[in-house]
Amino acid sequence: MFEPATEAKLADHCTLCVHRRGILTGQAGQYNHYVWDKSIPNVELSPLCSPNFRPGPPGEQAQVLSQNMDDLLKTSGCINFEDLCICPGKLSWVLHISLVCLDYDGNIMDACVLALVAALKNTCLPAVTVDEETGDIKTDPTTHTPLSVACCPVSTSFIVFDNNILLVDPTNEEEKLATGAVTVVAEGSNLVSIYKPGGTPLRDDQIEDCIDRALERSLEAARLIDDTLCSIDR
Amino acid sequence: MASFTVVKQEEFEAQQEKGSAHVLRCLTSGLSCLTRQDGSVSLSQGDTTSIAVVYGPAEVRINKEQIDKATVEVIFRPKVGLSRPEHRKQERIMRNTLEPAIEAHLHPRSSISIIIQETEDLGSNLACCINSACLALLDAAINMNYMVAAVSVAVKENEDMVLDPSKQVEKEAKSIITYVFDSVNYQIVTIASTGSFSRVQHMEALKLAREASKSVFQFYRESVAKKLLMSE
Repeated sequence: MFEPATEAKLADHCTLCVHRRGILTGQAGQYNHYVWDKSIPNVELSPLCSPNFRPGPPGEQAQVLSQNMDDLLKTSGCINFEDLCICPGKLSWVLHISLVCLDYDGNIMDACVLALVAALKNTCLPAVTVDEETGDIKTDPTTHTPLSVACCPVSTSFIVFDNNILLVDPTNEEEKLATGAVTVVAEGSNLVSIYKPGGTPLRDDQIEDCIDRALERSLEAARLIDDTLCSIDR
Repeated sequence: MASFTVVKQEEFEAQQEKGSAHVLRCLTSGLSCLTRQDGSVSLSQGDTTSIAVVYGPAEVRINKEQIDKATVEVIFRPKVGLSRPEHRKQERIMRNTLEPAIEAHLHPRSSISIIIQETEDLGSNLACCINSACLALLDAAINMNYMVAAVSVAVKENEDMVLDPSKQVEKEAKSIITYVFDSVNYQIVTIASTGSFSRVQHMEALKLAREASKSVFQFYRESVAKKLLMSE
């Protein structure tokens, strides 16, 4: 089985590793959009990455991040989930996405999105043949088809400091002092999401400024991912 | 119990059929609907209903005590089952929205807990929950820096905007954006969105939601006024 892993590193803040695995599942009688529910990403914030996190079940931050990744994957339309279908109604691929934070120094959302998209673009699925009579499933590990990823959403985070100063790409220390946060996920000239969970009220022009910068950065980051993928030798 | 109607249900339906659904659904509230709490409210926006209660300022658990301000706790309870990651996200949005609105420094070493129970989700659930929590805070007479009003806007496939979408519209919509505004300068407190949209659509939706938020603030005012009149 082909298991791609990518590592996203933002300056020396946050190192992140995504490890993805395509697993074949036999679900007789299930609809092919069964996979829709079966591709839930999981973000892991273990004590490995920062002393702020305790071992045990995922905390609120990890749960919210997992949910954000899930929303992003399903609403941005970067993957057509029908592509994962092998035999309609019976077989489909399931994408297990786990994002493991290695070194936590703030701005986890941006790093997660970058790693997620890079890993998706780096995924290859082996060819599968199904024996109609016996129902045996055979995979051919020698032929791979890359997963088609339609777009490349890029997230850009800002924090509000002292009620009116906007800072981009905050570190952990800056996040602790922040009075609010804005995350804009952009793809080309479109916005995939604007996420401002409370905090200090902002003026319209401040939000506009965030959007401007996010759109600009999304192009740069998308180019960076493509360049990196080209340089990998398979 | 105080209740006030912004738009009559029939009028709303008539307007929605016409296609220009630039109105909020009918808003009704019951302040102090429960007796044991410091503040309670049941709010309906159309058929979407939620109950919010507030306890506080009350004693705080020692591990959550903050010496310079009150600890604000927000608990969101879904209609059925245990809370899942999507509810945790909603809970976090609500906590971060309400926390700066409350003048927490007036009550150091105490706790203010807000519990929101979803009772019926028929579209714009997040907005309804935030609005009910704000009304419950008003009912509990907690000092606030500003009030908050949440409004959802759905962008349909054909680029039409629908204010305060119902469940049906939400299902068909390309994207749903929820805005929360403060009552002082009508600035943006919260934005939460699902689905992609363009920049122009965001600007348009923002303008629409801001206008609508004013009628929500007016509704708060009239609800509280009615409650005070009745208690006299």
